[in-house]
Amino acid sequence: MIIVMAKNATTPLSKTPSGISGLDEVTQGGLPTGRPTLICGSAGCGKTLFGVQFLVKGILDYNEPGVFMSFEETVKDLSVNVKSLGFPLDKLAAEKKLRIDYVRVERSEIEETGEYDLEGIFIRLNHAIDSIGAKRVVLDTIESLFGGIENAAILRSELRRLFQWLREKGVTVVITGERGEKALTRQGLEEYVSDCVILLDFRVADQIATRRLRIVKYRGSEHGTNEYPFLIDDQGISVIPITSLQLNHSVSKEIISTGIPMADKLFDSGGVFKGSSLLLTGSAGTAKTIMASSFALASCKRNERTLYFSYEESKEQLLRNMMSVGINLRTYLQSGLLRVQSVRPSLSGLEMHLMMILKLMEEFKPQTVVIDPISSLLSIGSISEVRDILIRVIDMLKTKKINAFFTSLTQAGSSVDDSTVLAVSSLADIWIELTNDCREQQLGRNMRVIKARGMSHEMQPQPFSTTSKGIIDPRPLKK
Amino acid sequence: MVKEMTYELRLYIAGQTPKSVTALNNITKYCEEFLKGKYKIEIIDLLETPQLAEGDQIFAIPTLVRKVPEPIRKIIGDLSDKEKVLVGLNIRKV
Repeated sequence: MIIVMAKNATTPLSKTPSGISGLDEVTQGGLPTGRPTLICGSAGCGKTLFGVQFLVKGILDYNEPGVFMSFEETVKDLSVNVKSLGFPLDKLAAEKKLRIDYVRVERSEIEETGEYDLEGIFIRLNHAIDSIGAKRVVLDTIESLFGGIENAAILRSELRRLFQWLREKGVTVVITGERGEKALTRQGLEEYVSDCVILLDFRVADQIATRRLRIVKYRGSEHGTNEYPFLIDDQGISVIPITSLQLNHSVSKEIISTGIPMADKLFDSGGVFKGSSLLLTGSAGTAKTIMASSFALASCKRNERTLYFSYEESKEQLLRNMMSVGINLRTYLQSGLLRVQSVRPSLSGLEMHLMMILKLMEEFKPQTVVIDPISSLLSIGSISEVRDILIRVIDMLKTKKINAFFTSLTQAGSSVDDSTVLAVSSLADIWIELTNDCREQQLGRNMRVIKARGMSHEMQPQPFSTTSKGIIDPRPLKK
Repeated sequence: MVKEMTYELRLYIAGQTPKSVTALNNITKYCEEFLKGKYKIEIIDLLETPQLAEGDQIFAIPTLVRKVPEPIRKIIGDLSDKEKVLVGLNIRKV
């Protein structure tokens, strides 16, 4: 349990970690402890999964047993449906950490005559909660009762009583509700649950599906008000709390090598600051990937975990091509120090890419990240969108003090005029430009430092060649 | 004459609430009137045996369940509407 002081409040509002990766940052600590939270959204938006994950993570990560009361899916269906996510409902139930109770309400089987109440549900819930000492409860989807019970007046007053009872019981509850046409939920559940309301949304634009989450209200607590994209993958739901990052990361004075001796020499310090972000621009065939791979190799040699996003070459292609210039990445790939993620940008939307990047960073915990090239993200988004995404990635990298290396393809000629580069260059600490120049009928390559924050550096373009030993300065050694 | 049909009924209650008492009085009255000698009523108080609520899918109190003859039928409420109860239990008037 995390205690968070609400601003200007005298009593602390205690919060329960939701188990949904990233959501607790948006809600500044989690869902309100001992109170109900309403999760609403249209069919297929991930409501049930949200509930299951809330319970399963609660058990596995916080040792809080949970009760799942299902009004729609049978215990078996539910168990099968979430098995692919690695949520072992059967096992947790056998260990008495989880109880699933399926409440079947079928109008055709039931006659109603005279006065009644829903004490049966209270008793079942109470019994389930007490039998395992549950701290968390999910009701999915209690609105189904409206289809099974004729007397809506009784139902409404009983629901009010149920939520009150759950508050007194002190359990943290997630209630799911189907999105209504005019109200948040079809049956207006938001009237009963006023502590915290979260809306899940699923929409398709330009043939790319995005899921978004928004905190509609959170009584007594500050929270992020934006729509946050979220992802459902083999590990369940994760939310990317994009705007929660700030410019307050600490910085390092340590100098690291770029992996290319002659590039290190461009800086008076003999290398670049650890945790800085490098942008490498150049037109086609200016050895950007070679420089990027050298950087990755140097990182591996320092025994740092390295994550390489290759948007244009497959993993094998990258390994083979780099081998030809003396960069052997395979050893580190095998030892697990290096991870190459090769994926076409057009495979999914920008936000999905962002999430994949951030999620992999979370999982793999790299100390160096290479994205080669960021310009290919432009095929799936506008310059400003790509810039937004990159700001988020860079912020995340900086917060975690990860070395970052981005390449960007530019038009032939100087990249300083290229609008793409201008959009992202301000984000980078160091900007190196590579060019192909024709001099005296010979093709020569040059590298030039355009900017380097906080470091004095060589101003003149320096010629370089790529050889079987990598990138070298072709000029005879100065004495 | 075919073998006489017996009725096995279960009344789920949660403590001696007015609604439950009314329901019990009502069903006993109807049974005495139409099923004399051919019925059993089992009363289950869920405050004492909450674990039994799941098996018969009880959500409302009081709930009358006709276990025998099959199929199972359920009537929720205080059973004040005699016609509805008789129809619900499929008891023919003499």
